[in-house]
Amino acid sequence: MFYIFCPYCDERREEEEFHPSGQAHLVRPTDPESVSDEAWGDYLFFRDNPRGIHHEMWVHRLGCRKFFNITRDTTTYEILETYPMGEQPTITAETARVRREQGVQTADGGWQTVGAQPENSTLNEETSS
Amino acid sequence: MTQPNRLNQGGRLDRSRRLSFTFNGQQYTGFAGDTLASALLANGVDIVNRSFKYSRPRGITAAGPEEPNAIMQLGASEAAQVPNVRATQQALYDGLVARSTNGWPSVQRDVMSWVGRLGGHLMPPGFYYKTFMAPASMWMTYEKWIRKGAGLGRSPAEADPDIYDHLNQHCDVLVIGAGPAGLTAALSAARAGARVILCDEQEEMGGSLLDSRESIDDAPAAAWAEQTVAELAGMDNVTLLPRTTANGYHDHNFVTLHERRTEHLADTAAAAGRDGEVRSRLHRVRAERVVLASGSHERPLVYANNDVPGNMVAGAISVYLRRYGVAPGQKLVLSTNNDHAYRAALDWKEAGREVVAVVDSRANPDGDLVKQVRDSGIRVVTGSAVMEASGSQRVTGARVVAIDTERFVVTGKVETLACDTIASSGGYSPVVHLASHTGKRPQWRDDLLGFVPGEVKSMHFAGGVQGVYALGETLADGGRAGAEAARAAGFAQAEAITLPSVEARHESPASALYQVPHEKTTLRAPKQFVDLQNDVTAAAVELATREGFESIEHVKRYTALGFGTDQGKLGNINGMAIAARCLHRAIPDVGTTVFRPNYTPVSFGAIVGRHCGELFDPERYTALHQWHVENGAEFEDVGQWKRPWYYPRKTGGKTESLHDAVARECLAVREKVGILDASTLGKIDIQGPDAREFLGRVYTNKWAKLAPGRVRYGLMCKDDGMLMDDGTTSCLGDNHFLMTTTTGGAATVLEWLELWHQTEWPELQVYFNSVTDHWATMTVTGPEARKLMSEVTDIDLDREQFKFMDWKQGNVAGVPARVFRISFTGELAFEINVQANYALHVWKTLFAHGEKYELTPYGTETMHVLRAEKGLIIAGQDTDGSVTPEDLGMHWAVGYDKPFSWIGKRALTRPDTARTDRKQLVGLKPKDPKVVLEEGAQIVLDPAEAIPMTMMGHVTSSYYSPVLKSGFALAVLKGGRDRMGETVYLPMADGTTHEAEVVSTVFVDPKGERQNV
Ligand SMILES: [Zn+2]
Repeated sequence: MFYIFCPYCDERREEEEFHPSGQAHLVRPTDPESVSDEAWGDYLFFRDNPRGIHHEMWVHRLGCRKFFNITRDTTTYEILETYPMGEQPTITAETARVRREQGVQTADGGWQTVGAQPENSTLNEETSS
Repeated sequence: MTQPNRLNQGGRLDRSRRLSFTFNGQQYTGFAGDTLASALLANGVDIVNRSFKYSRPRGITAAGPEEPNAIMQLGASEAAQVPNVRATQQALYDGLVARSTNGWPSVQRDVMSWVGRLGGHLMPPGFYYKTFMAPASMWMTYEKWIRKGAGLGRSPAEADPDIYDHLNQHCDVLVIGAGPAGLTAALSAARAGARVILCDEQEEMGGSLLDSRESIDDAPAAAWAEQTVAELAGMDNVTLLPRTTANGYHDHNFVTLHERRTEHLADTAAAAGRDGEVRSRLHRVRAERVVLASGSHERPLVYANNDVPGNMVAGAISVYLRRYGVAPGQKLVLSTNNDHAYRAALDWKEAGREVVAVVDSRANPDGDLVKQVRDSGIRVVTGSAVMEASGSQRVTGARVVAIDTERFVVTGKVETLACDTIASSGGYSPVVHLASHTGKRPQWRDDLLGFVPGEVKSMHFAGGVQGVYALGETLADGGRAGAEAARAAGFAQAEAITLPSVEARHESPASALYQVPHEKTTLRAPKQFVDLQNDVTAAAVELATREGFESIEHVKRYTALGFGTDQGKLGNINGMAIAARCLHRAIPDVGTTVFRPNYTPVSFGAIVGRHCGELFDPERYTALHQWHVENGAEFEDVGQWKRPWYYPRKTGGKTESLHDAVARECLAVREKVGILDASTLGKIDIQGPDAREFLGRVYTNKWAKLAPGRVRYGLMCKDDGMLMDDGTTSCLGDNHFLMTTTTGGAATVLEWLELWHQTEWPELQVYFNSVTDHWATMTVTGPEARKLMSEVTDIDLDREQFKFMDWKQGNVAGVPARVFRISFTGELAFEINVQANYALHVWKTLFAHGEKYELTPYGTETMHVLRAEKGLIIAGQDTDGSVTPEDLGMHWAVGYDKPFSWIGKRALTRPDTARTDRKQLVGLKPKDPKVVLEEGAQIVLDPAEAIPMTMMGHVTSSYYSPVLKSGFALAVLKGGRDRMGETVYLPMADGTTHEAEVVSTVFVDPKGERQNV
C-alpha cells in the first residue's frame, strides 16, 4: 500500500485516502471542433503504459479533494515526487536515465521526496534548483 | 508413564503448572512453557499426521514455523475451530484440543493408506496438470475426494465468538525478529531515541539465544536476552510485540504484523478469562525503516526414508532439549555437513542419552565444536552421511555410507547403526521471505550455500538473514543495522551499542550437500523427501527436469514443491539443488524463488478485524428512517443508503406482497396523492461568478438564460459523449445553483466537477460543496398534491404563479423550505426540501393533513414503475456508459450551438457515435400482458435463427403497470426508433420465447398533461 505525500495537505497519508485518476498531463485540445476524428480518438482513448517512470494524476478523495500529480516508477512502485496541478515533473524518464548514467542515487529511502523526508532531501535539493 | 521423554530438569518451563490437553481424542499432560509440539514429544507421540499424498506416518521434524508435518486443527468447540496451526508455534494451555489436519479417520490406521501404497501410480508428479486438465468437469469431484482424504483443515461451521482488531502504527524503526541481531538492533535504535517496534513470532523473545550453549558476558546467552528484553520493555519509545509474526512486507515500508493476544491461553478470549478482549490483532505498521533480523532456518538433508518419525532437523533437537527439557528419543545419529549442528550431539549427551555417532560429510572437520564432540568420546564418522533411515512407524536405524559429493555416488560399504532418532543438518537458509515480498530476488552466495536478500530500499538486514551466523558477529551486525536504520530515520547521533563479550569460536567451513547419494538411483531408491508437507520427493524433482521443466518456478508448479502453507521453508533450496544437479547447472542458474505474503497463515478474523457484521460497511439513513421502520417499510440498498423499497400493509395477520403493495402505491399516486422520501438524491451547492459558465461546459444543454427561480433538467456526459449522470439543477441566484444527481452518482459527480475545475479550467471562479445530507427531500405527487400542499404552506401554489419547473422559497409546516415543481412520476408534483432536522416534523404534518386525501407513502419500486411508465430514464440502469443522449432520443437536451465545446460534444460527431443504427431507447410491450420481461433479456428479430443468434439489444427496465394492466419495458434496440410497431423476440434460458411490440418510451399520458394540472 502506497504512502502518498499530498502537496496540498503537506504530509504523507495512506493510499486508502487517495484515488488514482489516470495519466497526468493530458491536454484537452482547446478547440475540439478543429481536431480530426483520429486525434480526438487519441485524446479520448489512448494512454501510455511505460515500464519505469510514469506521471499519474491522483486525487486526495478522502482528504482535501485536490487533484495532483505523482511521478512513479512502475517497476519498483517508488513514488519519486508529487507536485501540484499545473506544475511540471522534475523527474522524467530522460532525467532518470541521465542520473543513472551519472551514478546518482535516488534519494536513499526517500520514496517520497517532495517535502516528505526531513533529512534525506538530496534529491529534493538537486531537482528543485 | 506420563511424559516419558521429559528430562528431570532444564528447559524454560514452569513445572509447577501442569496442563492437560487432548490430541486426537487422547488425554496428555505438559507444563506451562511448552509448545504443543514439545508436549507431544515429551509424551512420546511419534506420529502426528499422515502425509498429504502418500499417507505416510509423519512426526515432528522442526521446532519453529518451518515445521512441515505437525499441522493441527485446534478448538474444543465448533465455533473455536482453527485450521493449519503448527504445533511448534502453539503454546500449550490447559484444555487445549488438537487434531491432526491430515489423517482422517486416524493417524495410526488410515483408510487412505492404500493410496500411499499405490501413490506412485495414482498421484505421480504432474498429477495436477495431467489429471485435472481434462475433463474439466471432473475437477470438483477430484477436489472433493482429495480434500476429504488428505484434509487441509476446515473452517468452523459456527460464528466465531471472538473479537479481532486492526491497529495502525507508525514508527521510526521496526525490528523484525528478537534474536541476538534483533535485540542489539532494537537497543541501538532505541537508545538514540527512535520510536522502535520490536516484534517476534515466538512466545518468548530471544530467538536462538534461548537454546544457545554459548555465554555472553560470562553468563548464559539466555540470561543476556532476558536482561536486554527487560531494558527495552522499560523504554517509553519501544513497543515490544511478542507472539507477533511479521507476515507481509508491502510497498513503501508497510508491514503487516499478526499479534496473537489470547491464543496462547485458551480457545477463546472468554475461556481465558479475558472476555471482551481482542483475540488477535493485525498491526498495520508504516515504518520509516525496517530492520529484518529474521534469522535462518536449518535445512535437513535429503536421504531415503527421511520422513519416518524420528528424523529431525538437528537444531530442533537442541531447542527441545534446552528450551523444553524434552529428549525426543534415546539413541541419536547426527548427519551433518557443518560444525554448528554438532551442538545437538553435545546437548543430547549432556541430557544423559546416547549419541551413537556423528556422521560428517566433510573429510577433515576441525572446528572447536567438532573437537569438543570428539573429546567427549562421541564417535565421528567423516566423509560420510546417513543414506537411508530404517523403520516405518519410527526410526530403528541409520544406514551410513561414505560418499563422494562431487560425483554424487556412494564410495564405501553401508554400515547400519541402530538408533531411534536421526538428526540432520544441511546448512542454513536465511529467512529472506519478507525481503522478497515486493519482488526483489534473493541472491545466491556460494560461500554461505544459501540465498541472501536482494537490496531493498529502506530495509536493513541483520544477522542470520544475511548469513552472519557466529554469535559475536551477529550481535555486532544487529547493532550496526539498528544504528544505521535510526540514523536514516533522522536520529543522526545513533550508534551501535557497546557489545557484550562473546568467546569467538573456530568453525570449519560447511560442504555443499543437499541430497545424499544412495546406492540405488534416485528413481529406484526409497523415497527421499524434499518437501514433506506436499510429499515432493527427489525423484519427482528429477522427473520434472527430465520432462523438460528447467526453471525452478516450473518445477515447483509441476511437483507442488513449496506449495500451500509451507511456502518452501525447509525444502526450497534442496529442491533447487536437486534440479540443478539433474540439469548440470549451478543453483542460481535454475532460478531463484520470490516468496509471497503471507509468511505464515493469518486467521481470517485478524484480516477482517472489526469490519464484520454491522460494521462491515457503513449504512446511511435518511432523516426519516425511523418513521419508515415504524411504518413497516421494506428496505432496499442503494449504494450505502437504506431506502424504503415498498410499504407492505398488514391486515389480519397477512402481509401484502411486493406486487400488491406496488400496485396500490402506484394507483394512489396516479389517482390521489403519494409521498416519497427522496432525501438520498445527491445535492451539490455550486457558487461563484463563473458557476453558470461552468454548468454550460459540463451539461449538454444550455444554462446561460436560466433565471433565478427556474429549474432545468440536465444531461452530463463524459468526453466520449456517453451519458454519465442526469438530474435537475435550480438557479437559486445569479451566482448560485443547486445541482441534483442520482443517488449513486453523488460522489462521482462531485469529483467529476472538481476534476474539470482543478485540471482544465482553474481560471473559472466556482466552488462546489456536497449538501446531500443537509437537506431532506420529500416528493408530494398526484392529482391531490396541490390541495394537500395548500394546507401546509404559505407559498402561492397557483398553477400560473408556480409553474412546472419553477422553485419557490417559503414555509412548509412552519419551517423554511424550498419547493420545486418538478416531476419524476408524470403527475403534479412538489419536491419539498427542508433542513434535515426538520424533516420528520414536516413529514408528519403532511400525514396529519393528508389523511383525507388518502396520502400514501411509496418506495423506490413504485418510483421506478411510475417513472418508467413516463419513459424517464435512470442513469446507470437504462444506460451503461455506451449510450449517448441521441441514443436516448434526448436531442432536445443537447445544445449543439453553445459557444463552448462542452464535455462530450466533439465525440458525438465521431463516425461511430454518429451512426444511425446504434442501440436506441425504445418501449417494449409484451404481446401477452401477463408477461413481465426479464431485465437484461436479449432481443432478436428472428427467433428461428441458429445459435449464436444476432442480438439486437436488451431490456433495461421492466415492470408490471397497474394502470396499463400489463407488463411493459424500456429497452435499447439497434435502430430502434425506426422499428416502431415491429415485433421483436426475447428468447429465454428455459427455451421459451417472448414476443413484444416496439413502442414509444412513454406509456402513460403521452402529451404530458397530468403534471401540469
Ligand atoms: Zn490533501
